[in-house]
Amino acid sequence: MQIFKKTTNFDFMGGRKTALIFSAVVILVALISIVARGLNLGIDFTGGTLVEVGYHETVELPKIREALAAEGFSDATVQHFGTSRDVLVRLAPKDGADSASISTSAFAAMSKLADGQADMRRVEFVGPQVGDELTEDGGLAMLYALFGILIYVGIRFEYRFAVGAVIALVHDVIFTIGIFSLFQVEFDLPVLAAVLAVIGYSLNDTIVVFDRIRENFRKIRKGSAIEIINASLNQTLTRTLVTSLTTLLVLIALFIFGGEIIHGFALALIVGVVIGTYSSIYVASTAIIMMGISKDDLMPVEKEGADIEETH
Amino acid sequence: MNQYPLWKNLLVVIVVLVGALFALPNIYDQDPSLEISGTRRASVDETTMARITQAMEKAGVEAKGISSENAKLLVRFLNSEDQLKAKEAIADELGTDYNQALTLSPDLPDWLRSFGAEPMYLGLDLRGGIHVLIDVDMEAAVQQAVERNSGDIRTLLRKNKVRYVRVSREGEKVVIKFNDLAKRDKAEQLIHSEFRSLATDMSDEGGDFYVRATLKPAERRAVQKFALEQNITTLRNRVNALGVAEPLIQQQGERRIVVQLPGAQDPAKLKEILGATATLEYRLADTEHSVQDAVNGRVPPGSKLYHERNGQPVLLKKSVIVTGNQIIDASSGFDQRSGQPMVSVRLDGPGGNRMRRVTNDNVSKPMAVVFIENRVVTRMVDGEPVKHRTKVEEVISIANILEPFGSRFQTTGLDTPEEAHDLALLLRAGALAAPIEIVEERTIGPSLGQDNIDQGFMSVMIGMALVMIFMAVYYRVFGLVADLALSMNLVLIVAILSMLQATLTLPGIAGIVLTVGMAVDANVLIFERIREEIRNGNTPQASIQAGYAKAFSTIIDANITTLIAAVVLFSFGTGPIKGFAVTLAIGILTSMFTAIIGTRAVINLIYGRRRVKELAV
Repeated sequence: MQIFKKTTNFDFMGGRKTALIFSAVVILVALISIVARGLNLGIDFTGGTLVEVGYHETVELPKIREALAAEGFSDATVQHFGTSRDVLVRLAPKDGADSASISTSAFAAMSKLADGQADMRRVEFVGPQVGDELTEDGGLAMLYALFGILIYVGIRFEYRFAVGAVIALVHDVIFTIGIFSLFQVEFDLPVLAAVLAVIGYSLNDTIVVFDRIRENFRKIRKGSAIEIINASLNQTLTRTLVTSLTTLLVLIALFIFGGEIIHGFALALIVGVVIGTYSSIYVASTAIIMMGISKDDLMPVEKEGADIEETH
Repeated sequence: MNQYPLWKNLLVVIVVLVGALFALPNIYDQDPSLEISGTRRASVDETTMARITQAMEKAGVEAKGISSENAKLLVRFLNSEDQLKAKEAIADELGTDYNQALTLSPDLPDWLRSFGAEPMYLGLDLRGGIHVLIDVDMEAAVQQAVERNSGDIRTLLRKNKVRYVRVSREGEKVVIKFNDLAKRDKAEQLIHSEFRSLATDMSDEGGDFYVRATLKPAERRAVQKFALEQNITTLRNRVNALGVAEPLIQQQGERRIVVQLPGAQDPAKLKEILGATATLEYRLADTEHSVQDAVNGRVPPGSKLYHERNGQPVLLKKSVIVTGNQIIDASSGFDQRSGQPMVSVRLDGPGGNRMRRVTNDNVSKPMAVVFIENRVVTRMVDGEPVKHRTKVEEVISIANILEPFGSRFQTTGLDTPEEAHDLALLLRAGALAAPIEIVEERTIGPSLGQDNIDQGFMSVMIGMALVMIFMAVYYRVFGLVADLALSMNLVLIVAILSMLQATLTLPGIAGIVLTVGMAVDANVLIFERIREEIRNGNTPQASIQAGYAKAFSTIIDANITTLIAAVVLFSFGTGPIKGFAVTLAIGILTSMFTAIIGTRAVINLIYGRRRVKELAV
């Protein structure tokens, strides 16, 4: 079976201006949302307490709110988690209480409500100092990953490719985080991990395209840079689509069957894979064209391309 | 023709076999088990085993098997109800001399065990348990060291008859005030020569003369290092006393300690025991001065005002007879005469000698037991975390010394048997060198852990099935070969995780799912290349050859960059995130092997030896 019977001949780069405007608008919206609305940060970053309780029977949320308010947790957010028997409670630090013991008293109140017919499923408590460190470390991790990639691609290809790849990555990261901000989906530690994985995935895609562009620059004697890039994108198009499809298949399975805890993680990856596929076609290639890549930049120095020719 | 040399084929076969062998333990059930180990007072032997068997018989619980290993007994059960029932029965029989821990242990056949093969190590989010991150209050550790020095400085100055106005502590500095320049200079010289660990500076302010002494940087670091190490030891002792199988106690960063207790069931209790700083001090009561005067603010020098638990004020001598640090063993019980809960204590050599001397000299005078607890709590004040330190000092008992005693004695005055039990545990485990605070806690109940395993397993299987169907339909024979490689890849990931005993977490499972999706990428690249070569009019055999060769450097580049992201994730992440990074990295490496070398071996086997007109790709 094949998606396209023969190698396609879409004029991707002809649409690069449209893509540029699209990306610019989308990124602007994402950035505005991130700045104006901010992220719905999970307690991993803000600090606080989270208690998940599994009741043996369906429970009504108002009753739980009452029970918690009686214990002094009037500002608790209470919601069902996955099923109507599972309840997730978020608690802000309570004044005057030993923060580590909040979860204990909250669970006691919630358990009493159902005459003890409740299981403590999960407690997460993050102290304010830890949350701050995590936010900082998370940001740093993202920068280090981008920097490492910049260097590797710079060495393996050329600096314009490295910059193009990193622009595509930043594009994808901002888009993904923007979606979480726009729809106020909770952004917790696993989501951060997913965003970092998006960097890895999206780059993977971009590198495959770049690899073909480099190969074709050396192989095809005729044609402008834009024509060669177009040819390269068409040659790798099936692969790009197939791999995105298989990855999306497993991610959707993870989203549906992986349980409530993993939802944010799976969602971030799904968004990231979709935008990563787009950006490896449009953003990365457009970027290297705008930086004025030409055949001469890749011709003489390196030898990897030549090796492949010989094994032919 | 496409053929692999023998060694390459052998390599593939061997890797597959070894992978299958080490992945195998994971398909066996994990039995709920009890791990029983001895304490300082008793060890595990044949008689213990007999007592346990008897106790279980009496309770009507049947064990699946009992084995002994490394001075520990492992009792397996068919289900967790039996496990809990047996735990109670055994606790009744053995008492507190033995520690019991709930655990899971795989029911492996002996031949597999002999290879040293073990199933994957499941993280807390999969098996349930408690994870706490503990912050050691380093500033307090330094302040305590400075406090100790200020006492010594006082003694030094008095011994050398250098009159001072006041010795006090300001933060991390000892401040000594003089009203005479010569005395100040002499004091500074004395301190300088006697206390190598202190750095001093002098100042004159409004006619008064000051010496300020503070710890030298090297000494300050040494104090902090000691505090951290001592706290880790103490926490380890406490955790061992609580009876948790496979506890993990580890330093993280410069001032943090991670404690992970798989399968632990009572987080409230655990937090209380871990964070507790309770200790005891024994002091003589000051009977020469009036308590009432002290309450009114005239506390005589050399004495200090305390309160009993009922609020009654008591005046005690400042000098301590023995502290909790000198207690080497403690156990709880009931006082035979009064029936009150008590802690019976044994002191070390120097402590015992001192107690004997003091009690000998002070028969029929009252002696007090002071219960001391330090607490650190971080609260948000105007959006900034602020540390509050509180110290509770209560006199729990005060009684006349009836006759001199030495290293063994009892202390009463505790409110409940539980309090006596916990205090004994804390005294046995040793004191914390610096106050600690729990800054992060993640507790996963056993039911959620099992759900996470089930859901994780389900999504791996469904995700993989979808990908396999797609590949088989899209690439036909080559797709089936890729499916074979994908299954092999999963086996290898599981095998390597089992071999490394790396922790598998829920994000780790997500990492496996993601790898499954991305692992076929290498094959997609190769197969698309082969199709291209065929379209360009090359022969099938040459197309296979060229497809693999041309895709190779692309695959390497693409995977290395993903690997960079995984390494960054690993070095920055904590707990669960690390798990994700580990499986992602392992998956990338194994997938390169299976997708490139593995599929090629099979493709060669299918197409390599014959003339082929058409490839099913």
